[in-house]
Amino acid sequence: MKLTLKVWRQDGNDSDGRFENYELDGVSEDSSFLEMMDQLNEQLLSQGIEPVLFDHDCREGICGTCSLTINGYAHGPEDSTTTCQLHMRKFRDGETITIEPFRAKAFPVVRDLVVDRSAFDRITQAGGFITVRTGSAPDGNALPVAKSDSDKAMDAAACIGCGACVASCKNASAMLFTSAKAGHLNLLPQGQAEKDKRVLAMVSAMDEAGFGNCRNYGECSAACPKDISLDYIAKLNRDHAKAKIKKFFS
Amino acid sequence: MFSSSLGKKYLMALSGIVLVGFVLVHMAGNLQVFAGQEQINSYAHSLQSLPWFVLWGSRLILLSAILIHAWTAYSLIMENKAARPNTNDIEITKRAGWSSLRMGLTGSIILAFVVFHLLHFTIRLIYPEYSEMMTTVGSPDEREIHDAFSMIISGFKNDFVSVFYIVAMFLLCRHLAHGFSSVFQSLGIRSESWRKKLDLLSVAYAWIIFAGFSIVPLSVMAQKYQIFESYDSTFFPPSMEEPTPKHSKK
Repeated sequence: MKLTLKVWRQDGNDSDGRFENYELDGVSEDSSFLEMMDQLNEQLLSQGIEPVLFDHDCREGICGTCSLTINGYAHGPEDSTTTCQLHMRKFRDGETITIEPFRAKAFPVVRDLVVDRSAFDRITQAGGFITVRTGSAPDGNALPVAKSDSDKAMDAAACIGCGACVASCKNASAMLFTSAKAGHLNLLPQGQAEKDKRVLAMVSAMDEAGFGNCRNYGECSAACPKDISLDYIAKLNRDHAKAKIKKFFS
Repeated sequence: MFSSSLGKKYLMALSGIVLVGFVLVHMAGNLQVFAGQEQINSYAHSLQSLPWFVLWGSRLILLSAILIHAWTAYSLIMENKAARPNTNDIEITKRAGWSSLRMGLTGSIILAFVVFHLLHFTIRLIYPEYSEMMTTVGSPDEREIHDAFSMIISGFKNDFVSVFYIVAMFLLCRHLAHGFSSVFQSLGIRSESWRKKLDLLSVAYAWIIFAGFSIVPLSVMAQKYQIFESYDSTFFPPSMEEPTPKHSKK
């Protein structure tokens, strides 16, 4: 395959970015998108051009490190797929592919296509955990959990924290991420003790990070590689309202 | 209580639901024009003769709902713009519909319409002669009351007024289609099984509101331009064809 790559280059968050066009020949249809990016970087290195920086780690679709907005789609045009699991056979020979970073004020650009997603870590640190006694593991069946609850909790826990929800949202809202991280704990008995505190703290951390507001477009869920449902956002809205009312009257 | 990003969404939803309810009651009131001059005049008079605290209380609630809805929307939109300062080179919309993406635009035009509508019929600044349209038809006693029927017929005989009215009602329909279902999402009172039903209810409600409001100017225009061959003259009596203050006064 022969491709024209229109790649976003930016030295840092304070400098202006620009698009650079690169021609890349001999791309295998069987290679993944990131392997194609590796091939591009080898070519750039041999030409004495600084390689394009991009995030990647497991390349198995489970770590949430890879990002990239490809032809306007977070993680590319394939549904339920991360960039690392996207293959070049999904593109046409001779196609121009536009590659941009995940764009949001809360995700400052580190360099080129790498953005700083530590705002997500701050949301998780604010309440995305349960406080338990460490030491010997408790018996697995000591706490009964309804199958329907554990299924819902697992669906929310599938969030890999990649940030595609923020990148695809017109308002760069982090509601899908926050609702999934709060939701999987709020659905389980182990998460009940700190539920109200968790919801209030995580929403505050989300607001402080400078994410936008949810307008119920559903773009986040459509772009999510793990298909997290908008229902978790509704649940976060409900849990947050309950927590606020309880706090008001306590 | 309402300081967080979610708190603002609660304000949008709560003020929105007041206005959603109001348009239905207003539509039901308007449709009484088809029951004849006596019916609508006496209905309009009974509303204006409500005890002052009920009348002004309701007006205050409606005005507050509009102000809260508009101000919160403005504040949310400004925050959203700040959260996503850079747009993608290719901007893709996967799921969001026309209505949901243009709530600010439709809302602003509806607000402009509401101001015009109040100046037109309630405060009667645009056509001061409406204040002169008095009649005893529909009056509970022999005293003269506002001739709401003649005001409606005369108002909609103006092509500009009718077209603006119908366009505004169409935009209201699109605004409600996204807004009504968003109320349930923002307040968290929905689940996966209810999602489709609530979306359907919202769309149906929006079209009922559009049809119920638009049929009045459409009927008046049909009469004016003689679109149909026969008319029920009891709906639009010949004496109402050219209502002038002098005529109504006698």
